[in-house]
This record gives sequence, structure tokens and C-alpha cells, in this order.
Amino acid sequence: MEMVHTAPVLELQSVDKSFGPIDVLHGISLKVHAGEVLCLLGDNGAGKSTLIKTLAGVHQPTRGKILMDGAEVSFATPRDAAERGIATVHQFGGTFPLMSIGRSFFVGVEPTKGWGPFRIFDRKKANDIAVKAVRDFGITRIDDGDRLVGGLSGGERQSLAIARAVHFGARVLILDEPTAALGVKQAAHVLRIINEAKRRGLAVIFITHQVMHAMAVGDHFAVLIRGAIAADFRRGEKTREEITDLMAGGETMADLEASIDAQERRHA
Amino acid sequence: MSQDISRGAAGGSLGRLARRPESGAFLGLVVVYIIFAVLGGKVFLGAPGWSSWLNMAAEVGIIALPVGLLMIAGELDISVGSVLPASSLTVAILSGHYDLPLWIGVAGGLGVGLAVGLVNGLLVTRTTIPSLIITIGTMFAVMGLTLGLTILIAGSTGVFVVPDALTKSVFGAAFGGMFQIGILWWAGFVLIVLALLHVSPWGNWVFAIGGDRDSARNAGIPVARVTIQLYMMSGFAAAFVGVTQVVTFGSAQVAAGSSFIFNSIMCVVIGGVSLTGGAGSVIGILFGTMTFCIVNQGIFYSGLDPNVGSIIIGALLLLAVLSNDKFRAIALSYAAKKK
Repeated sequence: MEMVHTAPVLELQSVDKSFGPIDVLHGISLKVHAGEVLCLLGDNGAGKSTLIKTLAGVHQPTRGKILMDGAEVSFATPRDAAERGIATVHQFGGTFPLMSIGRSFFVGVEPTKGWGPFRIFDRKKANDIAVKAVRDFGITRIDDGDRLVGGLSGGERQSLAIARAVHFGARVLILDEPTAALGVKQAAHVLRIINEAKRRGLAVIFITHQVMHAMAVGDHFAVLIRGAIAADFRRGEKTREEITDLMAGGETMADLEASIDAQERRHA
Repeated sequence: MSQDISRGAAGGSLGRLARRPESGAFLGLVVVYIIFAVLGGKVFLGAPGWSSWLNMAAEVGIIALPVGLLMIAGELDISVGSVLPASSLTVAILSGHYDLPLWIGVAGGLGVGLAVGLVNGLLVTRTTIPSLIITIGTMFAVMGLTLGLTILIAGSTGVFVVPDALTKSVFGAAFGGMFQIGILWWAGFVLIVLALLHVSPWGNWVFAIGGDRDSARNAGIPVARVTIQLYMMSGFAAAFVGVTQVVTFGSAQVAAGSSFIFNSIMCVVIGGVSLTGGAGSVIGILFGTMTFCIVNQGIFYSGLDPNVGSIIIGALLLLAVLSNDKFRAIALSYAAKKK
């Protein structure tokens, strides 16, 4: 593969994170390339959200390095990470339910027309760009930028948030459980969007505990257990059952099965 | 995927209407006006009726506009009730007691409003105390200071000032002996705030702050600066009404102004502004103010017991909150069910 020769867009090298005496992450090493989906799997409490916050600049690693394009970086604030093109999309889209699609898309960077003190919010331009950006991702049901974000389905809101991140130049997309609260059809929607982001050359980090969803789009998988990477493998190297087992308790589960098997054989 | 069910813009006129936060307020205004037109008869329908509720609406309306913006941004301002008399008394003491030119008194009065707003804004943005509590605190502080300083300086709780003709015509003129010039000022404030909230990009920030403060901050909006600006606007507006009052009546009283606290909030809520922030409109606040004042003054013309007026206003407020929620639900579900 040609991407082997280019440096990963984002890479963690032996990152530890502790809060006072409590170690949350130990020795996390991960990399994600452009046009690749890295699935981060883990049960509740495995340290996923601390890892996301470390990637997004909310927390700083206690030890270890973060690299972008092969060069070491440090994010003092979420703004720093955002300016480097790291965008985090949260479970509910993280937007403003009572704002229109066009207005919420451009929050903080409103397009204007006119000059000086008479600069006014360019509603038409905002609506047109927002609707086009989200339609380009295949969400063709959105055709009116004046609609309220809160009136969209969960999948559409996720898609809008992803389209927004991509429009504003995101290179790494961190998706925090985007499909967790969605039905089957809506989840499929979001998975299609993830594929589209990947096709456009973004590096996607997809956090989930739904193995099916991960397997549908993932190129590379990492299983997080109690703050450490318990397994790291590529597409096709493990079956769904193996991954589920890993998530449920890692190697210990397999050991347990083996010992049960052995016991059954003895009694057979 | 052939899921492309394209819909024309024509499909959405009901949803479009329901999405406007002022729809409920407009319905309320029409209903209330018809009721009092029937009860109040010719006098209420004529100039005396219009002037009485418009004069009241101008005063409370000027304050309700920035209070509404604050509520859209998810904050409250109780201190307007004590900024108003503080401003009046500053004018009266500077220009009446000390005989300084009236423009200095007016500047001083407005300055007091901006200063209290600045203090409110700094306290709200630098602490995690809810703005309700902070502005109740500043309200009592300003009230105490006003009372203490007025007695200390003027030796009384009421101070007189004789406005010059020019100042009187700018802030205190009355047309036809009935319609006060404050109505024109109110119209001017409505236009300015309308442009700020709905036309300028700054207005989008106000909605975003009220919708989700953290997301707004992450999106690069200077949340603290905007919040301080909003408090300074409400301080200025309350002080402005204080100035018009002292110029109109030629005297200032320490006790004036407390009715504006709840009245301004009620106008805003009747006008369809979300109690949790993030939604509302200037036209809605305008309708809400008119509705509130029509009821308030209409009672007088209808010959009903004034206590009934309080009951009607209370019921109106509850109805307004219920219908606001209803309209918001329609606005949201309209879009959701059109699959």
C-alpha cells in the first residue's frame, strides 16, 4: 500500500495519562493515515473518552508524544487541536437544536455581506453552503437551510456535524459513538457518511462499542481495555466473535473458554 | 441511493410560520386586543386608550428588549429595577441638587447604567454563580447605594430637577398631550436591536451562547465579551428609561422602578423567548410588550376589578409559556415527520 510510505496524519507514541494518582491511559500507541478509518473499540470505562479528550486537546498527555504528519505537536487547548484540523463530533452532533441549519453551520464564522458597521449576516449564502455541504455527503433529504437542527433525525444531525467539520478543513475526524443512539437505518446513514469522509482522504477515528458498525467501515482496529491497547489488528484479521470476546475481557476471556473446554473434555 | 425525495419550499408554509417564535405572541396580541376592545369600548379604541398602553409599553419595552436578548443568551437581569431609579437620581442630584448642566446629569445617569451592567457582566462571566442570584445581589447593592447616597447628599429620598427646554423636548415631550416621545425612542430601540439580533453576525452569537455555551466557545465566539455587552445594554436601557422619567416628571424617587423587574421579564416571555435560552425574536418581544400593556391598561378602561387584571396577566403568562412550548414542538416535529 502506498500509504505506508507517508507519515500518519495523527500518531500517538506511548501516551500515558493520569489524573493525580489515578492512571487512566497507559502506553497508548496508535496511528491513523489519511483515507483510513481507525476503529477504537472498548467497553464502558475502558478510557475511550479520556483518549478522545487527549486527542482533541482537552487533556494533555502525562507522558508520551502526539505527532501530526510525523512531527511532534502539543495541544494546549481544544482550539489548538481544532486549528490543526482535528475535529471532534459528539454523540448528539453537539449543535444548537433551536438554530437553523444555516446559522448553526456557520456559528462563530458567519458569512457576511456589506461593509464596516453595516456588515450583515448573509443568510442565503450560509443556507446554500450548509445545504450543499450536507447534500454532498448524500443526505439529500435536507434541502432547506432554514429548518431547525432540532427537527433533524439523529443521523442527519451527525451528518450535518461531520459535513461542517469537513467544510472547515478537518483532516482528522474523531467520531465519539456516533451510532450509539441511532436505529439501524440511521446508523447505516452515518456509516455511509464515514465512508464518504474516508473517500475524501480524511483520517477518521471512529469510537464505538458496536462491533458490527466498526467492521462495516473500519480499516484498522484497536481494542481498549482498562486504559491500555489490548489488541491492534487490521481489517480481516479477526472475526466478529473474536473482537467481541476481546472487548468483553481480552485474552482472559479466551483463557476462560479454553479452561472450560478442557474441563468439559475431561468430563466427557 | 435513490432516496432523493425532493420537496419544494411550498410544503413548508405552516412549519415556516410555526418556526417563527413570534407567531404565538401575535395570536395572543390579537386575542387580547379584541377582548379589551369589546370590554373597553370607544375610549379604549380611541387615542386615550392607545396612548395609555403605548406610553407604558414604551417604558417597559425599552428595558424588555435587552432583557430579552439576555434571556435568549440564557441569562437574567433583575438589577434593571434598581438601575432605573439610580439613573433618575443621578440626573436629579447632578443637575438639580448641584445645578450642573443637564447633559452632564444625563451622561452621569446613563453612565451609572453602563457601569452596573459592566459589573453584572464581569461577575456573571468570571464566576459560576447563576445570573439570577448575581443580579439580585447587584439590585440590592445599587438600591442601597442609591438610597444611602441620596439621603447623604440631598437629605431626602426625592430630588427635584428643572429640565431645560431642549432636554425636555428630546426625552420628555408629549404629542397631543398624550403620546410621549418615549414611544419614538422605543421604536428606535426596536429597530436597532432588530438589526443586531437578526441581521448582524453578532446576533447569531447570542443565539449560540443561549443554545450551548460550551459549543459556542469552542466555535470561537467571545462568550464573555458578548455576555458583558448584553448586560451593559440592559443597564443602559434601564438608565435611559430613568432619564426619560426624571426629565418628564421633574423629580426622581428612590422607590421607583421595581415593577420593571417582573414586567420586563413577562413581556419577554409572552413574546415567545425560550425560558432556557437559545430562541426568541425581537418582533416577538415587541408583540409581548404590547400584549402585556394592553391587558394592564385595558383593565382600567373595561371597568373590571383591577385585581382581575393581575389574574389575567398571570394566566396569560402561563398560557404564553405553554403555547411557546407548543409552537416550538410544532416547529421541530414538522421537519422531523416529513420523511
